[in-house]
Amino acid sequence: MLFIFPLVQNSTHSTHSTHSTHSTHSTHSTHSTHRSVTVFPMATAPLTSRTLLDAAQQQERSEDYLWTLNFGPQHPATHTTLRIVLKLDGERVVDALPEMGYLHSGFEKLGEHLTYNQYVTVTDRMNYISPMANNVAWHGAVEKLLGIELTPRCRSIRTIVAELARLSDHLLSNGAVGLDTGAFTFFLYAFYQREVIYDIFETLCGARFTNSYTRVGGVSHDFTPLVIQKIRDFVKNFPKTLRDMERLLTRNRIFVDRTQGVGVLSKAEAINRGATGPVARASGVTRDLRKDEPYLAYQDFDFQICCASSGDCYARYLVRMQEMRESLKIVSQAIENLPAGEANVGIDQRAALPTKKQVYSTIEGTISHFELSMSNRGFEVPHEESYAAIEAPNGELGFYIVGDGSESAYRARCRPPSVLHFALFPHLIRGHTLSDVVAVLGSLNIIAAELDR
Amino acid sequence: MPHSPYSPPPLDDILEPLAAHFGTMETSVYRGDTRLVVPEQESLEVLEFLKDRGFDLLVDVTCVDYLEYRGAKHRYGLVYLLASTTTNQRLTVRVYVDDPAPSIRSAVPLWEAANWLEREVWDLFGIHFAGHPDLRRLVMPEEFVAHPLRKDYPLQGRGERHNFPILTRHDG
Repeated sequence: MLFIFPLVQNSTHSTHSTHSTHSTHSTHSTHSTHRSVTVFPMATAPLTSRTLLDAAQQQERSEDYLWTLNFGPQHPATHTTLRIVLKLDGERVVDALPEMGYLHSGFEKLGEHLTYNQYVTVTDRMNYISPMANNVAWHGAVEKLLGIELTPRCRSIRTIVAELARLSDHLLSNGAVGLDTGAFTFFLYAFYQREVIYDIFETLCGARFTNSYTRVGGVSHDFTPLVIQKIRDFVKNFPKTLRDMERLLTRNRIFVDRTQGVGVLSKAEAINRGATGPVARASGVTRDLRKDEPYLAYQDFDFQICCASSGDCYARYLVRMQEMRESLKIVSQAIENLPAGEANVGIDQRAALPTKKQVYSTIEGTISHFELSMSNRGFEVPHEESYAAIEAPNGELGFYIVGDGSESAYRARCRPPSVLHFALFPHLIRGHTLSDVVAVLGSLNIIAAELDR
Repeated sequence: MPHSPYSPPPLDDILEPLAAHFGTMETSVYRGDTRLVVPEQESLEVLEFLKDRGFDLLVDVTCVDYLEYRGAKHRYGLVYLLASTTTNQRLTVRVYVDDPAPSIRSAVPLWEAANWLEREVWDLFGIHFAGHPDLRRLVMPEEFVAHPLRKDYPLQGRGERHNFPILTRHDG
């Protein structure tokens, strides 16, 4: 699925033939009859060192010798549908032109027509590597706009699922970096653990992939003892896989050679170009919203922010590996200290649907259920706008929501980390070889569905 | 009712010199977010001032079309979300622009991050960014003519999807 075509046909061949003798020129042109060989006007003039120098300089100046390589939109190493037009000098990448929009589905327009609870299904499909994190980000932003205070149990539950989402994202993104640089076994180790996380989510809410787990003021399903047991098992078993993964790849000579010093992003450039998340932290930016603007229950847990200073693909890999350990610490602390009580907010806040028992046995429950199910009787939405962001696995994932009193947003802007990271790509790849394209692309973890929305 | 126990750091050290330099601007606070309304003629100068005072991260550039919004005085509201990576301060800067030919100066000279974000706003809202180095459509196809996130653009489109020219292998 790679298409290679020269930018301008035969210019290198024609300049070759200019400086060769007449006989070789003719053999050359007969051999390659499909090429139109143009003869320089100065070929008739006597060949002096001066004219040779001029011709060489002219060739140097023109970019005719560069080749264009169309990478994507369908390519195994893009992992998603995105396209990069590479300008190559032999194997060296002179420039890259990223293109996006192949998966554009108007999610932000849809957000203006779906209600606050319906839209969570669309956020699943933005970054489908970690849909739980998107759910948490969306309803966190909605609750900020509406001014809903979550219950302590809900905050812990959302923290746990967001961290599980981070684990599953980092497993896939690091696994894919390994896969693209030739470490297939590593990818299988990573993906097996992703399956375990899928199983946890399936037990939790019935959906493995597109969870749509959160609701305004709560979650769709409270944690059951079985879910807690499965998460405990995962916390117990996962460190072994993590050790295996590190022993497989972290000091692997081939992998280190292919990623170290490749795609270097300096700290100043990372900030100026709007990088967030592991990409920024690998360049020495110590920003992590979980610590800097603690939301949900993060201020209750003991964990560290993982940073590196070299800013290359290897640093991004190391940051993600280390972040998995820290996420695991958060999950294990949160699951052992899960607050008791209701997961959803109470009837008085009129945000989450009451339980069946409340609906059938209390008048408040019946009224609340009725009103929340009716259109125009749901939440009280202010005529205001607010922005709330979470530290998603990929970076700062925020929603800028404008409320207009109705049950759907007037504007639902998603701040996708992938867009800013994809814009970094030409800056990172210039001067590297074609084989480094997949390493850099994998380390940025660009998800096209989030990119295009 | 507070959304979370976290309260953002105060912005007095930014807003006071800003008011002294540019005059008083409309400021509002909602759920801890400070929003600043900046006139369009001064937008770039204010952004540069804020960048020099520590807002080194441009989180987002986006736009809201206030066509059907109750009590709105302007058609488009551009939103610049700024943050500081050192002090964790956040500030929302809003600039209103109007039809016809809504235009504003590009923030790309200040932050490279604005490049694609402004392209997206141009693509979906049709706001022209003067001085942008590469103002092309970002997510819609090049030959697309409308700006789909405007409120006068219908959800199901204007039939563009069904009227794509069909190219055969021979045509290509």
